[in-house]
Amino acid sequence: MGQIVQYITSYLSSNQTPGAAGNMFWALVYIMLVFAGLSVAVIAMNWLERKILAHMQVRLGPMRVGPHGLLQPIADAIKLLLKEDIMPAEADGLIFWVAPFVVVLAAFTTFVVVPFGPTHAITDMNIGILFMLGVSSLSVLGIVMAGWASNSHYPLIGALRSSAQMVSYEVAMGLAVVSAILMTSLNATGTGTLSMIGIVQAQQAQGEWFIFKFFPLGLIAFFIFAVAMVAETNRAPFDLAEAESELTAGFHTEYSGFRWSLFFLAEYSAMIAVSSIAVTLWLGGWLRPFPNLLNNSTWGLVFSLCPGVTFLFFAAMCFYNAARMPKHPLFRIQTIGLAGFGIALGLIGLVLFIPAVSMRIQDIFWFSAKVAGFMYLYIWYRGTFPRYRFDQLMRMGWKVLLPMGLGVLILTASVALLQQKLWHP
Amino acid sequence: MLVGGILVITRKNPVHSALALIVTLLAQASIYLMLYAPFVAGVQIILYAGGIMVLFLFVIMLVSIDRSVRERQFNSQWVVGVIAATALGGLFMIVFTKGKNIFPEHALPMVENDNTQKIATMLYGQYMFAFEIASLLLLVAIIGAVVMAKKRI
Repeated sequence: MGQIVQYITSYLSSNQTPGAAGNMFWALVYIMLVFAGLSVAVIAMNWLERKILAHMQVRLGPMRVGPHGLLQPIADAIKLLLKEDIMPAEADGLIFWVAPFVVVLAAFTTFVVVPFGPTHAITDMNIGILFMLGVSSLSVLGIVMAGWASNSHYPLIGALRSSAQMVSYEVAMGLAVVSAILMTSLNATGTGTLSMIGIVQAQQAQGEWFIFKFFPLGLIAFFIFAVAMVAETNRAPFDLAEAESELTAGFHTEYSGFRWSLFFLAEYSAMIAVSSIAVTLWLGGWLRPFPNLLNNSTWGLVFSLCPGVTFLFFAAMCFYNAARMPKHPLFRIQTIGLAGFGIALGLIGLVLFIPAVSMRIQDIFWFSAKVAGFMYLYIWYRGTFPRYRFDQLMRMGWKVLLPMGLGVLILTASVALLQQKLWHP
Repeated sequence: MLVGGILVITRKNPVHSALALIVTLLAQASIYLMLYAPFVAGVQIILYAGGIMVLFLFVIMLVSIDRSVRERQFNSQWVVGVIAATALGGLFMIVFTKGKNIFPEHALPMVENDNTQKIATMLYGQYMFAFEIASLLLLVAIIGAVVMAKKRI
């Protein structure tokens, strides 16, 4: 018994990820935390997407289910669980059953290396970024399996189009990633790193986020990745393969109920995963804005107050909207619910002001804030851009993004070499 | 890996065979991991399981499989097959048990922290010529495929 307690507490004093420290218990705890956080994030994304899209289209979105539709995702989840589970008659049973699992597996396994902080990752592989790209390319296989196993025209065409699109934009993504990895090698020893934590530490050591490095090369590489990641996750404006008006929901037409919700979960998790790659590679991961420039303690204090202030801001918005609710007796429950939610958020915000908590939460907060910014961009793109036709989509992937990626790679390598030769002979 | 390999050759449905091949390739990637070569394992997953097999599946799904599933599968050269497999397996066994001195200077370093860096140094340093020739080969293959598939040149 004492040995178990000692095994559990021995990790608390180390400054490594659980995978590097070899501690199985804490690795499992981290996995559970990441899984829970991801599920909450997907649920929140569902609500946010409907609300933000609605506000962009000058309408209100779900307002009935909870106060301002806050319980809508829960209602959706219950509906999906209770729907009838249909399998088409001629469908290939085993593959039909396995396809959603493969997609969800690929989407969730990428989070093993995502760095929420210098030691806040489940593990830190030496090939972290390669692992993430590889495992997210396995979800293409799940989509192909889903389209084929449904044994019907729309899913098959949708699956083939979707997987062709994903494979094409993986190439552009890979080139953009390579040019960012190249920037990690501009240090004293001249060796770069593929590990996600190492990439953020390289940005910290070089004193600038890679998006601003060798301006505008870092920016162009980031732009290429940002476009390719939207196409990789089959989101608007590249969602021809699953758009309702084009292909009657594409590869997941024949899936209903819980199986469809697995595809949905996998899509949003993949969105968060590729946003995490973008944040780690170009936007400095868990680093707060201006980590080296504004280095004195007062700025440190100001930035450490940000998590608490954010939650207090959300709590204030909840109270404001609770005060604006109609004063009708039927709305009393909603008003009380919204006020309660506001109180909960306010308490979380107050807890985040405690220095001990704030020190640990800093990195995770900044990382999550940047990924949340990307999620907002995803929803913004969906509300703004018209859909690409499939041949325009493929043309852009191969004829525009691939040459741009190659050009950025060559230019980045040349500028890096010049910098090494001219300033550090 | 063995289960995947056996499933590849025994399934009647070519799509099932391709999926079993994916399982085999993923198992091979984990074998690379066990040999302290994480970079090769990662690249295997990206390229082979995630790229080449997707294209395999495209072709298999677009070519009509109803006919091929209903065809009678025959195996009339199994004697020669068994002899060849036994010979090859025997060769592997002999090399494994008695051939430890064949490649003495390429013993595994057993440290995986800088596997990627070492591969890069060797690939772009000592084996640069072979690297360029291989990429030229791939270029010729791509141009050949484009020429054969285009309607007018």
